[in-house]
Amino acid sequence: MTEKWTSRLILGLTLIFLIGPFLIIIIAGLSAGQSLAFPPDGISLKWYLKVFEIESFRDSFILSMALAIFGTLIALALGVPAAYALNRYEIPYAETIKTIVAAPIIVPGIIVGLALLRYLVLPIGLTVTLALFFAHTALVLPYAVRVVSSSMTNLRSDMEEAAVLLGCTRLSAFFKVVLPNIKGGVLAAFILGFVTSFNQVPVSLFLSGPGVRTLPIDMLAYMEITYDPSVAALSALLAFLSVGIVFLAEKFLGFSRYV
Amino acid sequence: MSSPYILLKDLTLAYGDMVAVPKLNFSCDKGELIALLGPSGCGKTTTMRSIAGLLAPQSGQIYIDGKDVTNVPANKREIGLMFQSYALFPHLSGFENVAFGLRIKKLPEAEIVEKTNKGLDTVGLLHLANRKPSEMSGGQQQRLALARSMVMEPKVLLLDEPLSNLDARLRLEMRAELQRVQRETGITMIFVTHDQSEALALADRIVLMKDGLIEQIGTPDELYNKPTSVFAADFLGFENIFEVSNNVIIGDAGKMSLDFKSESGHLAWRPSGVKIGQGKYKAVVKSVAFAGERREYVLDAEIGVIMADVSAQKKSYKIGESLAFDLPKSEAHFIEQAS
Repeated sequence: MTEKWTSRLILGLTLIFLIGPFLIIIIAGLSAGQSLAFPPDGISLKWYLKVFEIESFRDSFILSMALAIFGTLIALALGVPAAYALNRYEIPYAETIKTIVAAPIIVPGIIVGLALLRYLVLPIGLTVTLALFFAHTALVLPYAVRVVSSSMTNLRSDMEEAAVLLGCTRLSAFFKVVLPNIKGGVLAAFILGFVTSFNQVPVSLFLSGPGVRTLPIDMLAYMEITYDPSVAALSALLAFLSVGIVFLAEKFLGFSRYV
Repeated sequence: MSSPYILLKDLTLAYGDMVAVPKLNFSCDKGELIALLGPSGCGKTTTMRSIAGLLAPQSGQIYIDGKDVTNVPANKREIGLMFQSYALFPHLSGFENVAFGLRIKKLPEAEIVEKTNKGLDTVGLLHLANRKPSEMSGGQQQRLALARSMVMEPKVLLLDEPLSNLDARLRLEMRAELQRVQRETGITMIFVTHDQSEALALADRIVLMKDGLIEQIGTPDELYNKPTSVFAADFLGFENIFEVSNNVIIGDAGKMSLDFKSESGHLAWRPSGVKIGQGKYKAVVKSVAFAGERREYVLDAEIGVIMADVSAQKKSYKIGESLAFDLPKSEAHFIEQAS
């Protein structure tokens, strides 16, 4: 009996540790007072509504969405062929290539951000938006290659040969036979990439410029000036968005298979 | 005499620097059922892949129906291949798997439906047209793969180990199925197998390969009864093969004189050709296995190990028992090849 209760206690504490901050943010955003506090001064929905009235949040939300969607799409356009090549052909130094591709997630974001700023943005005068776009694509690429690779390992090459013998070119065999069988992995990579990009802070911190900020950076900047509960409310809304996406992905794709 | 339907001329196949098949020459007529037989690594699958166009030869030519197709890409060669793994498309239904090639050809929809249904019907899978391959049994999957190749009306149908993934009963069914399809369509078939009984049962002619070279070509009858080399004899079930010189058998363990005259070369006996219980030679039973109608003995004789296989009705011997045996002249097969 004691063993059972011990394991329940550990489970409970773990859940509190993981979900506790999330709950605190949701409740803090429900405050009726003027400053961010827990427990809140009374209950109201006004900060949740206020979030939608702050113009800079709206602009940075659109920028973050655009970066997450297009950055991930480009990363997939590069990552799917890369994953295919790494799986199908005996490429010399394949392991080295995989490590290099994974570098952006191994190297701390601060360093990636600084390096991009110092050696890409400043010397060639890249616009802030374009720099953010490149950075987010690079950050998502490792996930794209890894997740798509894992969905490709069980795909036998004789299926493509069968398609070729039935009249397909190598390229059309890829689109007609390979792609439909890895589409779950590609979608999973897209969702993972989207969430990664959307929640990205350290790299964006270095690359954000005047008037061009991603949403998390904008929230940070907002909090430095105005310490009101709207940031908590927005965080809670974003958390619900992420949870919703992952929940749907799990329900329809079996997301956890790929990650 | 008309020109052969398939002609492989000095075909050399290699993977990088490693030559798998050096200078292969082979031809067959339209409608023949050919078996490429040999142990793994003998080059039979490599040869088949090059006929399909999946492997470009290092040198030599491939002619099909009088045309040099050596440089014709695989997707234009009009050759069907039934893969050992079947290589069905898991995301498509049975119907769409069979219709796949017809759609690539951009045939009118009505024709695609008609041909696909006919193809499915021929292999008895029309009622499963809407099922995915994963919802079919192994035998059904294989028939689906056969239908998928056959609706394309290929010039040649290649089959990679067509029976080896099936259990004994399905194997008989599939064998009958392949023979029926071949008889009804008159298609030229080449299949690859490592199993001599498959080749003997199915083929019109067998090409026995070893280390990338053709060891012997012949009808099943010729190969079974008259293997021309030690390798061929061994592969076709002559398990007792001994070098003979001056009427003396030279075995691994020792010598024994023959009681009949023979030229120098090799003599071979099937296990069923060895007589036990009487004869001029002595041996000790090393092991015995009961196989239903027959008992399979491994004997320790002066010349080495002898495999004998006798009716289970006859007197049985235990391990360690000594017995007399004979290698009768009537069952001996002579191979000219010296060692």
